[in-house]
Amino acid sequence: MQASDRFNINSQLEHLQAKYVGTGHADLSRFEWAVNIQRDSYASYVGHYPMLAYFAIAENESIGRERYNFMQKMLLPCGLPPEREDD
Amino acid sequence: MYLYSLTLQKPTGIVCAINGSFSGGKTQEIVVARGKVLDLLRPDENGKLQTIHSVEVFGAIRSLAQFRLTGAHKDYIVVGSDSGRIVILEYNKEKNVLDKIHQETFGKSGCRRIVPGQYLAIDPKGRAVMIGACEKQKLVYVLNRDTAARLTISSPLEAHKSHTIVYSICGVDCGFDNPIFAAIELDYSEADQDPTGQAASEAQKHLTFYELDLGLNHVSRKWSEQVDNGANLLVTVPGGGDGPSGVLVCAENFVIYKNQGHPDVRAVIPRRADLPAERGVLIVSAATHRQKTMFFFLLQTEYGDIFKVTLQHENNDHVSELKIKYFDTIPPASSICVLKSGFLFAASEFGNHGLYQFQAIGDEADVESSSATLMETEEGFQPVYFQPRGLKNLVRIDQVESLMPIMDMKVSNIFEEETPQIFTLCGRGPRSSLRILRPGLAISEMAVSQLPGIPSAVWTVKKNVTDEFDAYIVVSFANATLVLSIGETVEEVSDSGFLDTTPSLAVSLIGDDSLMQVHPSGIRHIREDGRINEWRTPGKRTIVKVGSNRLQVVIALSGGELIYFEVDLTGQLMEVEKHEMPGDVACLDIAPVPEGRQRSRFLAVGSYDNTIRILSLDPDDCMQILSVQSVSSPPESLLFLEVQASFGGEDGADHPASLFLNAGLQNGVLFRTVVDMVTGQVSDARSRFLGLRPPKLFSVIVRGRRAMLCLSSRPWLGYIHQGHFLLTPLSYETLEFAASFSSDQCAEGVVSVAGDALRVFTIERLGETFNETVIPLRYTPRKFVLQPKRKMLVVIESDQGALTAEEREAAKKECFEAATTGENGTDNGQMENGDDEDKDDLLSDEQYGYPKAESSKWVSCIRVLDPRTATTTCLMELQENEAAFSICTVNFHDKEHGALLAVGTAKSLQFWPKRSVACGYIHIYKFVEEGKSLELLHKTEVEGVPLALCQFQGRLLAGIGTVLRLYDLGKRKLLRKCENKLFPNTIMSIHTYRDRIYVGDIQESFHYCKYRRDENQLYIFADDVVPRWLTASYHVDFDTMAGADKFGNIYFVRLPQDVSDEVEEDPTGGKIKWEQGKLNGAPNKVEEIVQFHVGDVVSCLHKASLIPGGGECIIYGTVMGSLGALLAFTSRDDVDFFSHLEMHMRQEHPPLCGRDHMAYRSAYFPVKDVIDGDLCEQFPTLSMDMQRKIAEELDRTPAEILKKLEEVRNKII
Repeated sequence: MQASDRFNINSQLEHLQAKYVGTGHADLSRFEWAVNIQRDSYASYVGHYPMLAYFAIAENESIGRERYNFMQKMLLPCGLPPEREDD
Repeated sequence: MYLYSLTLQKPTGIVCAINGSFSGGKTQEIVVARGKVLDLLRPDENGKLQTIHSVEVFGAIRSLAQFRLTGAHKDYIVVGSDSGRIVILEYNKEKNVLDKIHQETFGKSGCRRIVPGQYLAIDPKGRAVMIGACEKQKLVYVLNRDTAARLTISSPLEAHKSHTIVYSICGVDCGFDNPIFAAIELDYSEADQDPTGQAASEAQKHLTFYELDLGLNHVSRKWSEQVDNGANLLVTVPGGGDGPSGVLVCAENFVIYKNQGHPDVRAVIPRRADLPAERGVLIVSAATHRQKTMFFFLLQTEYGDIFKVTLQHENNDHVSELKIKYFDTIPPASSICVLKSGFLFAASEFGNHGLYQFQAIGDEADVESSSATLMETEEGFQPVYFQPRGLKNLVRIDQVESLMPIMDMKVSNIFEEETPQIFTLCGRGPRSSLRILRPGLAISEMAVSQLPGIPSAVWTVKKNVTDEFDAYIVVSFANATLVLSIGETVEEVSDSGFLDTTPSLAVSLIGDDSLMQVHPSGIRHIREDGRINEWRTPGKRTIVKVGSNRLQVVIALSGGELIYFEVDLTGQLMEVEKHEMPGDVACLDIAPVPEGRQRSRFLAVGSYDNTIRILSLDPDDCMQILSVQSVSSPPESLLFLEVQASFGGEDGADHPASLFLNAGLQNGVLFRTVVDMVTGQVSDARSRFLGLRPPKLFSVIVRGRRAMLCLSSRPWLGYIHQGHFLLTPLSYETLEFAASFSSDQCAEGVVSVAGDALRVFTIERLGETFNETVIPLRYTPRKFVLQPKRKMLVVIESDQGALTAEEREAAKKECFEAATTGENGTDNGQMENGDDEDKDDLLSDEQYGYPKAESSKWVSCIRVLDPRTATTTCLMELQENEAAFSICTVNFHDKEHGALLAVGTAKSLQFWPKRSVACGYIHIYKFVEEGKSLELLHKTEVEGVPLALCQFQGRLLAGIGTVLRLYDLGKRKLLRKCENKLFPNTIMSIHTYRDRIYVGDIQESFHYCKYRRDENQLYIFADDVVPRWLTASYHVDFDTMAGADKFGNIYFVRLPQDVSDEVEEDPTGGKIKWEQGKLNGAPNKVEEIVQFHVGDVVSCLHKASLIPGGGECIIYGTVMGSLGALLAFTSRDDVDFFSHLEMHMRQEHPPLCGRDHMAYRSAYFPVKDVIDGDLCEQFPTLSMDMQRKIAEELDRTPAEILKKLEEVRNKII
């Protein structure tokens, strides 16, 4: 592999990471990965109305409240981030 | 296996609704998104909501908005969906379709985090639209007009901000200055990096204004300020001369007025007095009402209370006060729309939607909270309390049925009717119900009156062709005729000129203003001035059959002679021609006179030699036989009916009609064939079995057009609805004879005779597939079992976070007493009755919902129900925080008790912060009083929630968490016999067949198990490779299971034949192999044979045949309240035909909202071996050219394709 290629791939990856939230990289930590998955899931729940209704029935809440709860959970979906080892 | 998927009942729940004037002018309309269906509704003059147009879009609609260009008179619809595209639609009134004006792609398809579609906001002046995602992306499109006044859309302008969650967006009304959009945003980037949690606790929501600079064509962040962290919704405040501009920020417990350069004006949302302190109050839907001089907002909370919000402002500038006044309480809505015509439409989250009329606009004094009196104390802001009361400002005038959510469904013919009934558990909490659905149209009976004998026939006649209403009802008996005049009342008259001493064969209006009565011995022609002309039959022959329209009469004499009369210019009935038929005539009919013509060209004659002949009535070839059609059985009744083959106009006209000849045959079949309008040749025959009696056909008027009523062992109506010809049963008893009926009180009715009664009825809600009988329930129904022998139902209901019945009763009493002590000073005696009504109103849980309790509290009951009388014969409330989740009937092998009922319950179940349960129980009940009541035998404690119960070889199988356990009946409790703990997550369904057990896991699809009696061992011999989050399951055959997952897919899995044989032949039953395992699972894997994305969470599956002699199909019910069917194709030809039709439809008719059809049906897994009937059924909505083009490619004619579609539908329902 040539050096220029590598540069290309990296720059492409960077471009993807900038464009699409959640695109991973080699040093992705378990926590970051989980946070992404959770946020994607919540966004999917909010986007699919029948699913939102399904949760609302299970928790006996209004659909509007359920949507709000899911949006709120997007802030810290997996709790606090772990201490950085390198710090 | 190939399946044909067809939606039987479109989704009835509503995701969002908007109102505006989409057809232009002053009409007020509502557009509702029902998940994948877009409907246009309009309240008619009687205040009934009518569906004007309905279209399936094959995509998930997430948001809707309407806008109007300045100076225009018509609103456009913007749709935010999962297609990654913005779509602008216009309603075309002439063609009754939604036209796609623009479709701009901006991102990937699917409901993703950063792909816009979730939120839509419109500049109030209609100059720009913003479409936003849950996170980061917001795009602004500029809307404009070109020189030809067509709507144009710009390329997107970005208003992105990464690491930012968006809660709501809205347009800010700033007149004709640059458009501004507001958004509630939350930046999470720091919270993600800070392990101490400080950043997260300090994270603050911001209200940001984005300004679109129309000159620079650029969007910039104009202003951003902190808002309350509970903010969830923005509402535009009128501006630009009509108000102070800015936005209302709805937050948990507060409403805040905000604008750039303006201090916050904040008021608390009043709380219900009985609300637990831990709960907040959240606004879930909002509507604005604007008039020239004033405006106000209606905000609805999650509990259903509506508040009227008004702003005090000076010169449209400074807002001094914000007032929140209690308005009324209606069930929580996903959207509320205030129509300019004085209606309020509430699209309920669950249960029926309501159309309300404003009685007042809340000007009277009521509980009010204001920014001026806002008190801040140490514990925060001082709350304001109120007590919900009866409706004061609104009155409900119509409701639209909604099955949402369907929790469980079973099909059975408990009532022993011709077709089975569908029993569905619907709704939630106090609005729950058991709904019994029957295929057919609902009718409403206007009058039933007894007659002095058994009538044989009935007709209605007008006195003059220009009359709006009928003048007489004429009833014929075996030897007499009775004439009833229609006026204020219906009464017998004798001065009508009709001969009353003879039975009648036909009565009708002839010419412009004279009446005709045909009786066995002649024709009596009654002129307008009272003169009577009698025509007598020659010799001793009698008239047996008559066919007539307004200008032509044909009679058949005994022996088979036909005599043809015409009305001449002077109004005289003149004999024109005679014709001898080879034998007796069984029936005849003349088509109605076409508009602007002298006569109809065709006469149809049915004979007992199983033929129908079409004769010409033209003067030059009068009584010539044009064509002959042989049928399977002697025809009993004939009717010509014009049918518009294609779609167009609000009434479906526009395209040339084709003339159908309908024949009811003696074997109960309705035979339909197309008659060529010119040559009279018949072609394209279709037949359908209607019932055990030969169908008699009558022409009636439905929505101003001719339709066909077929009376067999039950009545059917053939009519045109949105371009389709539908033949639907009516939910009514067997009728003998019918005629259309129109009077002052009832514009479009039907008068009919059955037994010795005369019945007048109207047909309601055309276009619906089912009519429903509703039996209210107490809590959210979970599951039910049918007892076909005793014809009883047992339902389990449970609700989280609600008070028990006694607690509710006590709370109500308290509140009622509090309410009355206030009024007691006035007059006690008189008030009592009024009070009772008040009290009833106050207590209507259906309206106000149950009072909320802590989320750890559960209420639950077991109900035995007799569906015939709709009575509950036994209702047991579970005590001590138990909630029922599973139910089954079980016959233990010792047979001491007969059939017993097992109910699985959980005690103190909690989902949050972690799922926990104190313990579970399995209750065993004995049926007493012939199954009408239950008696507890014993209850057995188990360690988890028994979510699935099933009988197996005289024992009870229970799925408790990851454990599958076999129980036997003991004296004091159930006795454990055998168990398997190796299931991955939670068992949610168990089916058994012979010695196989099919276990459904909540996350891991199906596991096939076997029980070895000699070794007393349960083991899994096959499982699925795909992690499926099961929501419903059904056992199809020995090797096959049908399942549905949480993401809206239906799939079938099958154990390969060789594996199945191997397992059955193996003396160890595959046990040795089982011990080896494969891929951390069972040694064998099932194969997916069918896969289909429904686009809606399927909550129940059942196999049934909905019509006698029809194919068995898998019926499913969904959370959005829709029902669908999957029918297996029986021939390869059909599969080829429909897959090609589907392919062409995909290419030529892409879905309206821009989602690719194939991608939609394959949203999670590629679609496999299922043909989408909903797409195929859109074929008649295509233009004629397109229809012909597709038909040519399929080597058929459009009519043949329509026939095929009709045929396959008729196999299902």
